[in-house]
Amino acid sequence: MDLGNVADMPEPAAVVTDSAASGRPAEVAAGRRTGLLASTALMPLGLALGVLVVHSGLDWWWAPAIAALILAGSLEFLMVGLLAAAAPFAQIAVTALLVNFRHVFYALSFPLHRVGGYGWKAYSTFALTDEAYALTAPAESEGWSRARILTVQATIQVSWVASVTLGAGLGALIPPWVVGLEFAVTALFAVLTIEAYRVRASIPLPILGLVCALAGLLISPANMLLIGMSLFVVALLASYGLAGRRRASRG
Amino acid sequence: MADPRYLLTGILVAGAVTWALRAVPFALLAPLRDSVLVTYLGERMPVGIMLILAVYTVHGVVAEDWRSLGPTCLALAVTVGLHLWRRNLLLSIFAGTVVNVVLQSLLVART
Repeated sequence: MDLGNVADMPEPAAVVTDSAASGRPAEVAAGRRTGLLASTALMPLGLALGVLVVHSGLDWWWAPAIAALILAGSLEFLMVGLLAAAAPFAQIAVTALLVNFRHVFYALSFPLHRVGGYGWKAYSTFALTDEAYALTAPAESEGWSRARILTVQATIQVSWVASVTLGAGLGALIPPWVVGLEFAVTALFAVLTIEAYRVRASIPLPILGLVCALAGLLISPANMLLIGMSLFVVALLASYGLAGRRRASRG
Repeated sequence: MADPRYLLTGILVAGAVTWALRAVPFALLAPLRDSVLVTYLGERMPVGIMLILAVYTVHGVVAEDWRSLGPTCLALAVTVGLHLWRRNLLLSIFAGTVVNVVLQSLLVART
């Protein structure tokens, strides 16, 4: 990946037609402002993650490594537990696949066509976090230049790594008799469940999820995540198939 | 202490899968855009996946020490209740975590 050549390439048409008044420095400044706004909201979570890394027995410098190289908050929280338990790589890969599968759908509306150059596209997809997507995909962000989109993404990444590292530093100061910090992860997933439910308020969906989770626990507690999630996806595929057959027989 | 090579490989595996999930769909964009199945799954998957993750983390804690079930349930009630009421992500997580840390620390201190 040769970033120097990419930077010398002619600007894509979308950037040239971008709001005439603002040059690249103004776009970068605007991107930094947007990115910092999201980063402030993420900071407490980053601190919590850093504290968890240190309290689970990993050296502090694994905290910035996890934050910078994975760059996906909820997976990073799970990874602390998986790594501390020396989980097999296959389980890590499947967990990453299922936890982050939602990112597949971001390709449908993230403005990657405005990020010209293969090197920049590579970084932009790597740093396509939930927050970066939420900030750049809406209609009001239409017309943002490559510089602005990339600055938003890079600001989020740098701030995230900084707050996780800071959390790891603070974690060393928290006395060992303070226990139960890992509940932040449970709380995060509980809150995300409620938010996801608001997107599609269907009672059977969370009940199905709960049944799959409990089935996974009954079958094999050690592989509960893999079994529970697979059962859930298979059940969804089956219900999609049934709905399709019903549609076909009606039509 | 875990083997640094294991930890680094584990992190790279998780990072590579995540990056692939973010990058590959752009290459497959055209067929995906019209896929009814992808839209169907996209609307329904997150709630179940997040719920399963929540159960997974609760089970991990409770399996280690069953007495933490009480504090965990209380803290969960605080988080869910606050979130339904105020809908402030950070407030819900912070308040629930504080309740859990206080209760669990007292529990450990008393034994």
